[in-house]
This record gives sequence, structure tokens and C-alpha cells, in this order.
Amino acid sequence: MTMSKEQCFEQLLLGKAIKSTGWIESIRVDALARAQALNFPSERHDDWRLTDLSPLFQHGFHQVDSYAQLTLADIEKLLIPGSIRLVFVDGSYAPLLSDLKQTGAGVTVASLVDRLGDAQVEAHFAKHVSSSEDAFAALNTRFFEDGAFVHVANEAATPIHILHVATKRETPSAIYPRCLVVMEPNSRAIVVEDYAGLNDGINFSNAVTEVVLKEHAQLQHVRVQREEKSAFHIGHCSVEAAKGSVYTSTALAFGARVSRYNLHVTEQGEDAEVSLNGLALIAGRQIADTHTRIDHAAPRCKSHQLHKCIADGSAHAIFSGKIMVHIGAAGTDSVQSSRNLLLSGKARIDTQPQLEIFNDDVSCKHGATVGQIDADALFFLKSRGFSEQRARNLLTHAFAAEIIDKIPVPSLVEALSRTILDERMKGSV
Amino acid sequence: MINKGSKVLLEVKNLKAEVAGVEILKGVNLTVRAGEVHAIMGINGSGKSTFSKVLAGHPDYTVTGGSATFEGKELFNLEPEERARAGLFLAFQYPVEIPGVSNSALLRLAYNTLQTERGLEELDPLEFDDLVQEKIKVVEMDPSFLGRSVNEGFSGGEKKRNEILQMAVLEPKLAILDETDSGLDIDALRIVANGVNTLLSPDNAVVMVTHYQRLLNYIVPDYVHVMDGGRIVRTGGKELALELEARGYDWLRAAA
Repeated sequence: MTMSKEQCFEQLLLGKAIKSTGWIESIRVDALARAQALNFPSERHDDWRLTDLSPLFQHGFHQVDSYAQLTLADIEKLLIPGSIRLVFVDGSYAPLLSDLKQTGAGVTVASLVDRLGDAQVEAHFAKHVSSSEDAFAALNTRFFEDGAFVHVANEAATPIHILHVATKRETPSAIYPRCLVVMEPNSRAIVVEDYAGLNDGINFSNAVTEVVLKEHAQLQHVRVQREEKSAFHIGHCSVEAAKGSVYTSTALAFGARVSRYNLHVTEQGEDAEVSLNGLALIAGRQIADTHTRIDHAAPRCKSHQLHKCIADGSAHAIFSGKIMVHIGAAGTDSVQSSRNLLLSGKARIDTQPQLEIFNDDVSCKHGATVGQIDADALFFLKSRGFSEQRARNLLTHAFAAEIIDKIPVPSLVEALSRTILDERMKGSV
Repeated sequence: MINKGSKVLLEVKNLKAEVAGVEILKGVNLTVRAGEVHAIMGINGSGKSTFSKVLAGHPDYTVTGGSATFEGKELFNLEPEERARAGLFLAFQYPVEIPGVSNSALLRLAYNTLQTERGLEELDPLEFDDLVQEKIKVVEMDPSFLGRSVNEGFSGGEKKRNEILQMAVLEPKLAILDETDSGLDIDALRIVANGVNTLLSPDNAVVMVTHYQRLLNYIVPDYVHVMDGGRIVRTGGKELALELEARGYDWLRAAA
């Protein structure tokens, strides 16, 4: 059944009557009211006008109430050996697939719902991602069933892998992944948020992540969106970086029919350092949109951003990156670069770097380029025996590798690289 | 080494080709047998580099007449990668830089593609490393070059040595060296020439395209061809190159 935009939204509002008590109940009630008031963004909304959400509106998404029983074998290809692992299936925590053995002293990795009594959860939950401005974030806050709570007061010995798996359902599913990461002063961790699907299911993953870095904490935050090409994905992430903290994000978008990632980082304390690395690699009719915003709100903070889009087929990639340098953010040092590769004449890439500076005494640079596969390199590779497709994959991977290689988890780098090199290669040498 | 009884690798007959609508090759004839070393000489614009690119299948060039067979197969029916897999190799005049692709990965993937073509087992990275460590000795290259991106930040001489390293790994039946000597200092020239000489065998052949006689002091040709105006206008032995060096190309033009 094809839905209208209004019907699609109404269906999402029906959601599931999730029972909750205590402080979170009023947050949920408020969020529903906000979602109803906000509705889906209109085509004229400045932040959404390039993002064609119409394929999303064609489906009626239902929250899952009976969960698929997956085994580790079903998700084996997605695992990161040796990591601390928290697995969610269609939005619900799957303890039997999770592995928390490596969690050492001072590190908590747990189901968010299990930890609603934790003072850190109450202090930070829904305080950072704004449900008041965005209907998707509000829907998540109302309807999330569970999520990940990561609390690090020490140094996490191994990467923390938060894996969301969507299964194929009879009716399209609405999934609300939620994540809260709190990094105590001087703590360190690697967190990998990972969104994947099985068997070409039609799911709408609407995710919200909040990250708090206290003084001198260091977080390497990896985000892999490798949903099925039939799925939809909208993610919001809000990061607050206190004095002297170091936040590094490497966010990759490979999957989904339509995907959007909103990343908002605020450098709240002086001398904070932020690096945002982004990659969207899409083909066919895929749409991938990345919106980032960095607020320099304190003196002497650094931000370094490199975003790459690669679009093949008739895909459409969008990057919008805003950097705000506020009054008082003296000594800001900011570099932003958007580099893009068009693999086909029908693909489209929009890039919008934006700088707003309300301060003197700053160093801000930004630039954007769009290019194509180098014809000389292509001929060279063919003259060495590579098929056209394989040569193109190799050159595409070479362009993507600058971002992928920044992931501080070698097995994940290798797995993602292999996927790119082998993509669309079946049957060719 | 000339052996009239050995197998014909390349047979080019009355080849005509153009680029952007301008005819560059106007009827080239050439026969290369296994074991032979050929030099094609000529001034800039004579068509010698075009000839090598046409044989390798460069997309900017259009064949408008004549034929070429490689071990009996119609060369121009094959895609560039099929020519490579059949055993044809072009060492580029201007080797391309490919940031993000390591030299070792390029060599291994190319090698394994040919292994598959030949019905042989592919080598895994460890096995391949053993092979490539032997091959880099041929061009006296430091192993650190294997881990670097293809030709990125390489000097002119290092790029040319890298081309010969690819030749050493891929072991083509026919290698066309397009001005491999250009831009080389005397030490690099000696290393490149030694590499090529090491790889020569009675079963393969080399065609060197060059402007200068200098390279031929190191790789001694069985045949020297002079190209002018898109044709081979004179063929001789190695002494023809010396005569060109002494008398210049004008002498030949006057005689033609």
C-alpha cells in the first residue's frame, strides 16, 4: 500500500505504547507533543530542501512487537573480533548476542533501559539532542525501546561495538536506536556505532546519539551506516566537548535508499579539539545526506573536518557543513574540506561548506572540489590487466581510503575496504 | 637474438590510426618474433609513441586501417585489459600517480588477475611478498617503495624503474617500452637497462621506442626501425642507430 506523507507520519505517531515511569515519562510525553507539532519537514525547509524524503513517505512503518531470534552466525560478518559488543535487533536489546566480558573497571556498557536509575543517565538523557526542533529526534525520544549506555571513567581497553541489526519483517518496521555516551574527565575510549540490515528488509531506523566529553576526555567515535539498500536511515548525534577534550568522528554512509546524518558538535570548553571525517559512498538511486555543525564556543579550540562524497549511478549525495565561531572564541583554528567524486554522468553531489565568524583573531579555512575518475589512471590499470569495473573499484577505494583508514579498528578497516573493492564485481575479474 | 624459425608474436600490417580526427599513423608494418629486440626511433611527432599507445589500446586513438595480430589473435578486437592478459605490456612514457593504491597491492592484484587468466593459483599477500622481494632486485629498488602509493612522490627515474618492476612481475611476452629512457640520469638508465636485459628470454620480445641512441648502448637491438611521418621508412641492424646518432634524422629524410 502506498501512503501519503500525512499517512506515513500518522502511522509513526501510533508507534507502540511504551510503558515507562519516573523522570523519563514526562520527557516521552513532551516529545510526542513536539513531534505532533513539528511534523515532517516541508520541501521548503532550508535544511531539508535538497533531501528528497518522498521514498520514505511511501511506507507505513510499524514498531516491532515480536522479535526475530537471531544467532551469532546470522551476524558473523558484522562482528569486530575482541570488542565489547552490545547488539540490538530491530531496536530491542539482544543480551545473548552481546559480549560484555572485556568491560574493565571504570567502564559501563549496558542497556539504557536497565540503567534509567543511573544519575548520569538522568543528568544527560535528552539534554543534548534537541527534540524541540526536529520531529525525527522527537519521535525517537517518544518511541525508543532501548539503547546503549556507555559510561567511561577510565581507559576502555578494547573498542565498544554498538551493533544495530534490522531484520526483514512482513510489514516495514520503525526502529528507534538510542545511545548515550558519557566520558568522565581524562577517560579514553573507542566507540563504534554500527547500523546494518539483513535480507533486503524495509526498515526505517531513526537514531539519536548523545555524547558528553568532560574535561580532557578523548573519544574516537566511529559510525558505520551499512543498512540494506531498501532501508531508510535518519540519525542525529549531538556532542558536547569540555575543556581540553578530544573528539574524533569517522562517519561512513554506504547503505539505505535514503539516509541522513545530522552531527552537531559544540566545543564548550577551551582548548578542545574536534576532528570530523566523513564519507558517503552510494550508487543506484541512493540518497545520502550529511549535515554537520561545529560550534566554537570557547577560546583556542580546534576543528578539522574532511568530508568525501562518492556517487555512482543516479545517486545523490549531499554535504552541508556549518562552522560557527562565537563571540569570545578567540584563537579558533578551523579547517574544513569537502572533496567529492562523481562516478557517473547521472549522479549528483551538492556540497555547502558554510562559515560564520563572530570574532577576530581566528584562522578558518575551507574548500570544496568535485572530480571524476582519472582517465589516465583508468587506462593504466586496464593496461595491467584490470577489468573496467575492477579498475574503477580500485580507484574509488583509493579515494575512500583516506577516510576509512582513519578508523582505529584494523579489522573493520579491512572488512569495509574489501566490501568496496568487491562491490558490483561478481562475475567480473 | 634473431632466430627466423621462432614464433611470430606481433604482426602489424599497413596500420593507420588517428587521434582527434588527425591521421598520425599512415601505414606501419612490423613483425616481431620471440627472442627479438626491436628499437623504433624517430623525431618528435613521427608517430612512434602513437604506435605504442595504439598497440596497448589507448582510448584516445582510433584505428582507421590495417591490422595487427598478437600470437595470431586480432589485437584490435581485444580490450586493453585483454591485451594485457594475453601478454602485451606497455611501459608508460609518463607513469601515472595513484594516491591511495599501494604499489604492493597493485602488483599483487595485477599478478593474480594474470594467474587466473592462465588457470593458475592466486598468491596470498605473504606468498606474493616472497615473489616481489626477488623481483625488486631486478630494478635495484628499495623495499620501502612497495608500501608507498603507486608512483606518488617518486622521482622520474623511480617511476621508470617502477614500470620495469611491473614488467618483471607480470612477465609479458611482448613489452613495449615507450621512451623509458627519457628523463633518466646515467645511473638510472643503467639500472633500467640491466633490468630489461635480465628479463629477456628466447620466448619473449621487447620493442623500445626511443628518441636517442643512448639506451641502445645498454639494450642492444636486433633491429632498428626509423619512423617518419607515420611510417617506418628504414630498417637496419644496430649500426643504423649509430649512423643516426652521427648524421641525424635529416639525412634519412633527404634519402627517402
